[in-house]
Amino acid sequence: MAQVPDRDTCLELLGRMCLIRRFEEEAGRQYQRAKAGGFLHLAIGEEATIVGTTSVMREDDYLIGTYRTHGHALARGTPADAIMAELFGRETGTSGGRGGSMHIFDAERRFMGGYGIVGGNLPLAAGLAFASKYRDEDTVTVCMFGDGASNTGNFGETMNLAALWELPVVFLVENNLYGMGTSIERHSAVTNLSHKAEGYGIEGERIDGMDVLEVRDRVSAHLEEVRTKGRPSLVEAFTYRYRGHSAADPEIYRDKSEVEEWRQKDPIENFIKVCVEDGVLSEEDVQSARDEADETVEAAVEFADRSPEPPLESLYEQLYVVGETMGWYAVDERSPEPHRGELGEDAPEKARDLAETVADRESEIERQHRPGVRE
Amino acid sequence: MMAEIRMREALRDAMAEEMRRDGNVFVMGEDVAVFQGAFKVTEGLMEEFGEKRVRDTPISENTIVGIGVGAAMAGLRPIVELMTVNFSLLALDQIVNHAAAIPYMFNGNARVPMVIRMPGGGGHQLGPTHSHSFEALYLQVPGLLVACPSTPADAKGLLKAAIRDENPVIFIEHESLYGIKGEVSDDEDEIVRFGEAAVRREGEDVTIVGILKMAHVAEQAAAELEEKHGISAEVIDPRTLRPLDLDTILASVRKTNRAVIVEEGWPHGGVGANLSTLITEQAFDWLDAPVQRVTGADVPMPYSRRMEQAAIPHEENVIEAVLAATEGAIGPGKGGS
Repeated sequence: MAQVPDRDTCLELLGRMCLIRRFEEEAGRQYQRAKAGGFLHLAIGEEATIVGTTSVMREDDYLIGTYRTHGHALARGTPADAIMAELFGRETGTSGGRGGSMHIFDAERRFMGGYGIVGGNLPLAAGLAFASKYRDEDTVTVCMFGDGASNTGNFGETMNLAALWELPVVFLVENNLYGMGTSIERHSAVTNLSHKAEGYGIEGERIDGMDVLEVRDRVSAHLEEVRTKGRPSLVEAFTYRYRGHSAADPEIYRDKSEVEEWRQKDPIENFIKVCVEDGVLSEEDVQSARDEADETVEAAVEFADRSPEPPLESLYEQLYVVGETMGWYAVDERSPEPHRGELGEDAPEKARDLAETVADRESEIERQHRPGVRE
Repeated sequence: MMAEIRMREALRDAMAEEMRRDGNVFVMGEDVAVFQGAFKVTEGLMEEFGEKRVRDTPISENTIVGIGVGAAMAGLRPIVELMTVNFSLLALDQIVNHAAAIPYMFNGNARVPMVIRMPGGGGHQLGPTHSHSFEALYLQVPGLLVACPSTPADAKGLLKAAIRDENPVIFIEHESLYGIKGEVSDDEDEIVRFGEAAVRREGEDVTIVGILKMAHVAEQAAAELEEKHGISAEVIDPRTLRPLDLDTILASVRKTNRAVIVEEGWPHGGVGANLSTLITEQAFDWLDAPVQRVTGADVPMPYSRRMEQAAIPHEENVIEAVLAATEGAIGPGKGGS
């Protein structure tokens, strides 16, 4: 086991992990209450992998993830308010309500987004790393993805290209043993995913993703290697999600006893045990970390709840950048007004008309099929 | 200063000028560096800019485009060359789910200023996996811009604009047009803005809209219609399909009262299908005849020279469509019959 770090670091690690746990529990609750819609993928159980990784990244390193990335953004420092507001589809969300749970984004903290297509973020990670290398910067990109993504064409293409071009990427597989409802033995010919690195001539290592100190220790070593040698590496963090793939998952593919077994390895409880036994943290410290997480998440729900819905007239905004090379775009070519010379700023009027029709229809649908409480 | 150069040279010049102007611009793709491009469009670029900025890639279309998207999000300005439009289908995930969606789904907090160049079109017996026309496919996607130049001057001006533009651009080139010559300005500041159609020939009796190689076919047909049938055709090349300069097309149709749309792609859900709907919706009262479409045949492109030629529109098909649209109302009679 890695050495217990100093008190401040321990408080920081515990605080972030508690925040993610609490945020995810609350997100699940708000989903049940139909405050959050669409798909909701929770990272409960995977906190150590996330926090251990981000805690050893530099501020200027890039992080990119999947559709299960509320925790990654929180770990990077994105305010819980903005993430919860995105789940609620509000204007104050990280993506203004356009992305939702699967598409959290915070460029300021170099969290380069959550992506909904399995494996789709791998090429993007290579692109971010390419930009760093192109500019002779020593930033590293950490690309996190699931075990299922290691079977996609993107995995093979990107690993090869990143190794060939010597791009500074740490590819980190969050191996939670299931690609949605298909267990790893049933979806991958090689179940030790770190071995997949061999085919690309790069280093691969399996680590205990439930142990925040081991994650810190090993990811830190990989970051250093990648940063100094300019070659990618593959880390397989062995972890587990206690909840289903998404909130709509009946979990018929695994035994309750398996979940219980993994709960014994709970990343937060075990870290607390280590810290308290070591004496670096007290029971009071632990309680105040939990209380703080409770407060932050409670405030985030309040913030999200009172945040405005995105204005309908913004429906067509941010689709294109209007400028010197393209002076206008048609908000909807079916509209009868002249199109050429229609500037971006003229768009709202038309968009509002169109969007209001949509909104009327939606509220009608809502009246007929009020979602109520989800299972 | 104007000089007569080929379209492939115009495209190369556009890239070279923009690379000199902006150090963030780089080119990558299969065989673009050492081989200098499957169609020799990137000739000389590696020599001038080196392997850092002109990069050969493995055959990994989705990842090539994805690296471009990631690099663009981090502030570079990638030009990605895909060897043919057919191969771009392997990169559809990155093009549609990522490049086009990212700026919108992240509420403008990320931008994807990149150009994806791809040659398409038939005529060289390349058969059913190297000869298609997918303008209509890309035209459908909000978030993308779509350029389809038909002359060397437009190729250069539009490509320069595309490289400077902040949006992801699908830049479709026609394999049969790479060798055509035309007057091209060497003014490095000159661009062709997106969303401005070119009226290639003015006319009174019918509007013919043609894209890529079909813009030339339309012009040739118009010349013959004038000469043999006394029909005065206006020929419009939209140059970009997103944004589409519908106003120029509608103004022409309101004048001529007839429209024929010529494309090499498939008929169902094609460029012509879309445009004829727009014309019908917005200029119905001005139309004297149904809008006519001339398209490629509704089959994967056949290899046999005879069959391939039969699957691609020619002047006579355009003339036939114009005569159907005019129905003998114009000129000395039905002509051709």
